[in-house]
Amino acid sequence: MSVESIVQAVYLVAAVLFVLSLAGLSRQETARRGVLLGMTGMGLALVATIALALDRSERPVGVTAGLILLVLLVGATVGTWRARTVEMTQMPELIALLHSFVGAAAVLVGFGSYLSEPATSGADAGETVHLVEVFLGVLIGAVTFTGSVVAFGKLSARLRSSPLLLPGRNWLNLAALVACAGLLWWFLADGAAGLVPLLLMTVVALALGWHLVAAIGGGDMPVVVSMLNSYSGWAAAAAGFMLGNDLLIITGALVGSSGAILSYLMCKAMNRSFVSVILGGFGAETPAAAAGGPAEPGTYRETTALEVADRLTAARSVIVVPGYGMAVAKAQYPVADLVSRLTARGTTVRFGIHPVAGRLPGHMNVLLAEAKVPYDQVLGMDEINDDFPGTDVVLVIGANDTVNPAAQDDPASPIAGMPVLEVWRAREVVVFKRSMATGYAGVQNPLFFRENTAMLFGDAKEQVELIVQAL
Amino acid sequence: MLALAVVVGFYVISHVSHALHTPLMSQTNAISGIILVGGVLQIGSADPVVTTLAVLASAVASINIFGGFLVTHRMLGMFHRGPADVPDVQVTRGKRGSDTRGGGER
Repeated sequence: MSVESIVQAVYLVAAVLFVLSLAGLSRQETARRGVLLGMTGMGLALVATIALALDRSERPVGVTAGLILLVLLVGATVGTWRARTVEMTQMPELIALLHSFVGAAAVLVGFGSYLSEPATSGADAGETVHLVEVFLGVLIGAVTFTGSVVAFGKLSARLRSSPLLLPGRNWLNLAALVACAGLLWWFLADGAAGLVPLLLMTVVALALGWHLVAAIGGGDMPVVVSMLNSYSGWAAAAAGFMLGNDLLIITGALVGSSGAILSYLMCKAMNRSFVSVILGGFGAETPAAAAGGPAEPGTYRETTALEVADRLTAARSVIVVPGYGMAVAKAQYPVADLVSRLTARGTTVRFGIHPVAGRLPGHMNVLLAEAKVPYDQVLGMDEINDDFPGTDVVLVIGANDTVNPAAQDDPASPIAGMPVLEVWRAREVVVFKRSMATGYAGVQNPLFFRENTAMLFGDAKEQVELIVQAL
Repeated sequence: MLALAVVVGFYVISHVSHALHTPLMSQTNAISGIILVGGVLQIGSADPVVTTLAVLASAVASINIFGGFLVTHRMLGMFHRGPADVPDVQVTRGKRGSDTRGGGER
């Protein structure tokens, strides 16, 4: 078949373009070209696929073409609308929602593949392989789908973000997996009448995905979203195996490994093992752990916006350490204004970003970019940590656990060993906070009681605006 | 094939700049919409049930493709470089003007 072989060649080109598009994201300068390469690859793959679909069509070509056109119109309309209107703070929700779409598509394609190639009763080896591929594809797709829906619900506050702790939840998960294995056996044994076990497994897998993510607290969502990113890739790869489509296999594996790396980086930044995040329940037992730790009340020093403005005027170098609290207070715009004014006066101002600041990997960088902060002023934790000793003033805005010295000093602390920004090494630290409440991990922060720390209470946005006015 | 793609994937992704991890996620989201290929190939099936499933699958996957690529493009368009270039100073001045006005109202 000539169409067939041309399509395979185009798929290979598309796969290479996808790899290049991801490689383009290694640097700011090449990132936009990367997106264009990805779009080109997708365009090529789509044209080739549509040609192949029309060539293989079992019904009048016009009907098939019309349906494909309809589908693309729906996708283009809804996709463009979402991409245009989404707020940058809502990015995590959008990404979780898009993961759920991939999961749903994998389930539907799996059922389609099973129904269009029904197994005969005397199953040969090749058929068994195909059935296993269908089964796994639907399983991964279903877990991804409900998992992402729950993640979406938690991120958008439609569901409670605290972990759902069912008794014996790890056993429930294990039981679900065992049930799926049993259903696979039934599915393979039954061949042609295997729709019942396939449907049952889908229900079990949907429940499993729901429960897995429901058990994980809202603060661990960066890991969960990266993990679901990975799952959605494996779901696509599994669909590739069942359809014998190399492009799907390659692309799925690319996405799968991307999500896996991001999950690993997030776990490392929180000093938690991947398993402990997946098994969930974090955030439930920590208050007790914190109470058991050494109580360190001490006294703290309060400051005012005017005083901070004076310090900033005198400072030669300033580092701003934002956390998700800054985005919640929508303080990134006045902060960006403050920073550009200080920079215009010749002060060196930079941002120090902890990997888990924000609710997605790299979320804070996007929020700052939206507020028009130049990206070369925004540095990662590893790039900036050595510079704190030579810094005059550090502004900590809406961050808490990521700047907690207890992570290094106190082996009994629940966050001991977590990499943190060493803000306390600077000459002076100003912490913007609503009150003296603890952060997400429920851990008291000794930073607030240090001699070189001053607390600025109140709404971060209002306080920063006051400082800007005073300058 | 799978193993090769995983190796390439790990190599490429580990070089992605940390600052661009969110665009990376939306970009991988967009390209995992490639599952559309599977759906589109099933649309032509003679079985109406398969066609229905395939149309649904393709529709959600194509939302991924369009939404993912466009939002990545939009995000990357926000990143800009360069401290204290001429345009930046103008932006600062503009904001300063609006701030004074705000102060006057109070």
